[in-house]
Amino acid sequence: MTDQEPLVKLEHVEKFFPVPTGFVANLRAGSEKPAVRAVDDVSFEIKRGEVLGLAGESGSGKSTVGRLVLRLLDPTAGKVFFDGVDLGTLKAEQMRQMRSRMQVVFQDPMASLNPRMSIGKAVEHPAQIHMPDLTRQQRRDEVYEIFSAVGLDPPKFFYDKFPHQISGGQRQRVVIARGLITRPDLIVADEPIAMADVSVQALLLDLMLRLKDEFDLTYLFITHDLATTKYICDRLAIMYLGRIVEIGSLQEVFTNPQHPYTRALLSAVPVPDPRHRRTAPLPRGEIPSPINPPAGCHFHPRCPIAQEGICDVEVPEFLAYKDETSHLISCHLRTGAYQNLDPDRQLA
Amino acid sequence: MTSEVLYSIRNLDVEYDTRHGGVRAVDDLSLDIRKGEILGLVGESGCGKSTLGKAMMRTITTPGHILGGELWLEDVDLMTLSEKQMSGIRGNEIGMVFQDPMTSLNPLMKIVDHLVEAIRAHNKNVSEQAARARAMEMVKDLGIRSERIDDYPHQFSGGMRQRIMIALVLALNAKLVIADEPTTALDVIVEAQFLDLLRGLRQEFELTILLITHNIGVVAEVADRVAVMYAGRLAETAPVEALFLDTKHPYSRGLLKSVPNIDVDHQELYKMEGAPPNLIAPPSGCRFHPRCPYAVDLCSAEQPKLLAVTGDDHHAACWIYSDRESRPVESLA
Repeated sequence: MTDQEPLVKLEHVEKFFPVPTGFVANLRAGSEKPAVRAVDDVSFEIKRGEVLGLAGESGSGKSTVGRLVLRLLDPTAGKVFFDGVDLGTLKAEQMRQMRSRMQVVFQDPMASLNPRMSIGKAVEHPAQIHMPDLTRQQRRDEVYEIFSAVGLDPPKFFYDKFPHQISGGQRQRVVIARGLITRPDLIVADEPIAMADVSVQALLLDLMLRLKDEFDLTYLFITHDLATTKYICDRLAIMYLGRIVEIGSLQEVFTNPQHPYTRALLSAVPVPDPRHRRTAPLPRGEIPSPINPPAGCHFHPRCPIAQEGICDVEVPEFLAYKDETSHLISCHLRTGAYQNLDPDRQLA
Repeated sequence: MTSEVLYSIRNLDVEYDTRHGGVRAVDDLSLDIRKGEILGLVGESGCGKSTLGKAMMRTITTPGHILGGELWLEDVDLMTLSEKQMSGIRGNEIGMVFQDPMTSLNPLMKIVDHLVEAIRAHNKNVSEQAARARAMEMVKDLGIRSERIDDYPHQFSGGMRQRIMIALVLALNAKLVIADEPTTALDVIVEAQFLDLLRGLRQEFELTILLITHNIGVVAEVADRVAVMYAGRLAETAPVEALFLDTKHPYSRGLLKSVPNIDVDHQELYKMEGAPPNLIAPPSGCRFHPRCPYAVDLCSAEQPKLLAVTGDDHHAACWIYSDRESRPVESLA
């Protein structure tokens, strides 16, 4: 990896969705309308050739971040850069051209494929739009090549199949193939293997890793399943209620998690070994509503180490943990001015 | 824990009629559920595990039907009961918890009314007032503030709804709980909370739970015993430790090795060849043989029986462990 400009860069990105309210409530509320704070001041970078995992529970805003990166949604505030270009400044036609360089794979391949279109045509379709110079035969050859690459072999056999005629794992391969045909730089994979059976998940992860090298891809890998991030991600970001609470290399986050939420999340993952016992206490309750998130640190009402007067008042800054400049945490007690209050530190 | 059998499935066959012929979703399956245990039933989608759960309650609907076999709840042969008698068993004796609690709760009924109905269904002598008091106590025990029982289901979170489902089962005093993917719709932390709750309740109420799931990690966390299902049949049954640490059936081995383990560094995930078979035309003999790295001629010719492999409680349906095709087990590294 060279020390060049990151492929994707988010700067203080926010995305608020207005909550539909009645007419009268609208009049009363004036300018202070309630909103779902789906993404709240999120910044990160993805280097070329890197796999960044974005993990969190449902409602944490991870999928919204994926959509913001693709500019399927416009941010309420902040900037999204792709290959150095501020996507917010692009006109529709420029954005359309840029899109061929970024593709998406969603969770449910059946919902992503037209049931009446053969899978060959489905994969060819983006080529028709983004590569108009190719002849029909050239496009067809491209599809065959991509089919072979994703393991739909023999490609000619699969070209005329319809989505219902192939297995779920093969369908997800078709969706990946369709993403690859425009030879993108970035793939945003939103829970790409969540619907697949265990034995198929391993195959899909393996395929994604292989394709990454073959096609020089960069992935934003969005998942709720922390165990799978270990097989594919170089770096990992943990989201909670619209904010990233911890980001670092896989090693840093897995072996030395600092944010209390990260620790709880890692500890809650079921381990396929009956001898295993949980290492950290579970947090109380469930993830609160993003409409009225708790003040200060969003996690404080559930946090085992929260300090009254600090965590429930101030939003923690996103700071490097000790000297690990790539390992950033948003916790008052782990970094910054209040770290002497950290119970871990007092024990040491 | 006693080894007394609470529910016994004998040679059960369940078939779905399709345009392309009958699909045998459960094929000659026998399984005992013992009093007080949590039995984990695992398998991939389409293996018939949910069909088995429904068949146990006799709630299979057309185009599916139970072709044959026996279902015994203690000394009652459920297959001989009338539909009316059977509906008395459901809820009263066997409770069910599904993946999506929203489909099991009436959106127009307050949480408290669900509970009061369940409590009074079991014991008509309980006054509405007393049932309400009991309901408040129950939700409190499950970690829900008691004043919230006057809310409607949509005001509850997924984890809370699933707790209410458990509360309903407890209110009915069911002997057996069939939980079909109860944590699949929950986030990991809520899932872990729910599993803790289940374990605690099992202790307190001596519940017997059949936990149907695709999640191997969940089974490892809470089950006492595990049954692995493949293509309508049982591949292996064993106490949880034996299943994970001394896996016998090649399918179970492959399945366990393809599960990512967050606790293990540099784990190489096993990539199983092929896909589960189409049950309209299942493979001959052992249904796993086309994907099995150890298959021999006998495997495609004849179906292996579920037989004891080591000790009394560990069974596998694989020729490797029979006298006819005995091979050193070490070769299954």
